Amino acid sequence: MVHVALKSISKVYPNGVRAVHPTSFDIDEGEFIVLVGPSGCGKSTLLRMIAGLEEITEGELSIAGRVVNDIDPAQRDIAMVFQNYALYPHMTVYNNMAYGLRNRGMAKAAIDDAVTTAATMLNLTEFLSRRPSQLSGGQRQRVAMGRAIVRNPALFLFDEPLSNLDAKLRGQMRIEIKALQRRLGVTSVYVTHDQVEAMTMADRIIVLNGGRIEQIGTPAEVYHQPASTFVASFMGAPPMNLLPAHYNGNGRVHLSETVHIEAPVTADYSGQIKLGVRPENVGIVDPAHPDALRFDLEFVEELGAGRLLHGKLGDSGLIVHIPHTDPIPGGDVYVGLPKSALVMFNHETGMRL
Amino acid sequence: MTAAADPVLVATSRVRRKLSWQTIADHAILIAGSLLMILPVFAAFMTIGASDVDISRHGMQFTDGSHLAENFSKALFIQGGFTGAITGSTMLLNSFILGIGFAIGKIVFGMMAAYAIVYFRLRFATFAFWVIFTTLLLPLEVRILPTYEVVHGMGLINTYTGLIVPLVASATATFFFRQFFLSIPEELVEAARIDGAGPVKFFIDILVPLSRTMIAAIFIIMFVYGWNQYLWPTLITTDEAMFTLVRGIKQIYQSIDGGSDIPEFGRALALAFIAILPPVLVVVIFQSWFVKGLVESDK
Repeated sequence: MVHVALKSISKVYPNGVRAVHPTSFDIDEGEFIVLVGPSGCGKSTLLRMIAGLEEITEGELSIAGRVVNDIDPAQRDIAMVFQNYALYPHMTVYNNMAYGLRNRGMAKAAIDDAVTTAATMLNLTEFLSRRPSQLSGGQRQRVAMGRAIVRNPALFLFDEPLSNLDAKLRGQMRIEIKALQRRLGVTSVYVTHDQVEAMTMADRIIVLNGGRIEQIGTPAEVYHQPASTFVASFMGAPPMNLLPAHYNGNGRVHLSETVHIEAPVTADYSGQIKLGVRPENVGIVDPAHPDALRFDLEFVEELGAGRLLHGKLGDSGLIVHIPHTDPIPGGDVYVGLPKSALVMFNHETGMRL
Repeated sequence: MTAAADPVLVATSRVRRKLSWQTIADHAILIAGSLLMILPVFAAFMTIGASDVDISRHGMQFTDGSHLAENFSKALFIQGGFTGAITGSTMLLNSFILGIGFAIGKIVFGMMAAYAIVYFRLRFATFAFWVIFTTLLLPLEVRILPTYEVVHGMGLINTYTGLIVPLVASATATFFFRQFFLSIPEELVEAARIDGAGPVKFFIDILVPLSRTMIAAIFIIMFVYGWNQYLWPTLITTDEAMFTLVRGIKQIYQSIDGGSDIPEFGRALALAFIAILPPVLVVVIFQSWFVKGLVESDK
């Protein structure tokens, strides 16, 4: 069931800068959508337009079946968690959570009930009378979450909520937010520039670049079947290998004059392409293997759980991820590129073939 | 081992001695500065205790304390001036009304003007701010005749309104509040918008409490500034009952019946001493509050 619908939403700033090109997508009820992209890709602008903090230049936005283009943020039935928490510094944790409810004219007992429930859920009960300045970063983040929860909104909006936390806490809060969202079943839109957050939390990822949608898909789709070279190199650490190659439509991909392998797809195209393959899908193979390719190993990066082999395949760089149980290969190394894990991109446009 | 230890020892003792010399110098300068400020007040206070005859004959007095209470009570409660319509306590009250009215007026107008300039999408907000800002170049002293003309025309001579309002109109508080509001994170404003706080609610519920320390700071500055006003009160108050303390001391001192009496030095000094106290108290009380606010680092 469509819960939030964006129809050709675009944003042009008064100075003529087009931050978001006409964008359309639907969000289903209870879905967790992550908008991801590099800084300046328009993801925050898009979120702020949904929140009503930024005016929509063109297009139509509806939340829960109601067109909200001209409706005040407070009346949109949304709640937002900000990057810097945006807690009211002079109010206690309790009042921070209760403020929005009071403004809506909710009864005192009902407010008390909502705040207590949210505080219990977020383990904040003992901090209710503290000020934000007396809390740690993670606790403040929880209060910000609590302020969103108590309103029981139709839509949660998150604007890079974890970017101010240290790495360990970020991992922990990521899980907490995801679990909470599952439990409450509230439709959510989450903005981040961190592809790990996007992969781990999203039901569907929307990858944005330069104010346009590059791809919409589940984390697995976006990871394994990237729609463009941009998505291929943005998602995943290390990113997807992109090897320059030639495709002439006869089912073979030519990595060089002499080296060619079977193409993963048949496309009505011939010319320069980029051949994409994830580092973990490249296998070390026996030299006798029919599709074995010579790999010049340059150095090894130890990750603990695995190893990254950096080297060259012909003239182009290639990263191979091997499990830590495999030995570091010595002497002449040969790799195989399994057909099912290969993706071809148009060299010019960067789009997948 | 001793060879290695010795230079360290020498070095530390040298550092310590150098530090102590510096400390002594610092303290000497501070003490000298404090004495420079306190001694005149001390001299005045001691002299209040002497009789007017002794003062006019021998100048400053430091030993005789017999007239202290008498001079203070004369300063506060005995009527003086040409018309005999004013006592020290009335002047004290007038000064408080001026100081507090001026400070509060400044804060209220400054905050509201800054709120409009910073938070509302006004077409000429920047221009308006600079217009307000240029009034800093036009202090009351420069525009005193036209201002007097206006106040006179409105029939506000010898009223508290006439005393306070023309002084309130200036840019300092607006400027300070504007800078402060600009430093409040945008996210807070947005969070309040989502929480359903309209412009008035946001101002009262969020902005005013956040500005506490700023309000305290401006109150200190403005109260002292208002309390010490001399030129404008002199011009606008002709009725002695409206005199402020700073303006009225001279009047008390001059109240000589028929020109034969000895000027009431003791009484005037007592009044001067009283005039110093409120600004000092305001600074002491509000500053501790203000510093506490800064240390808490709310933002």
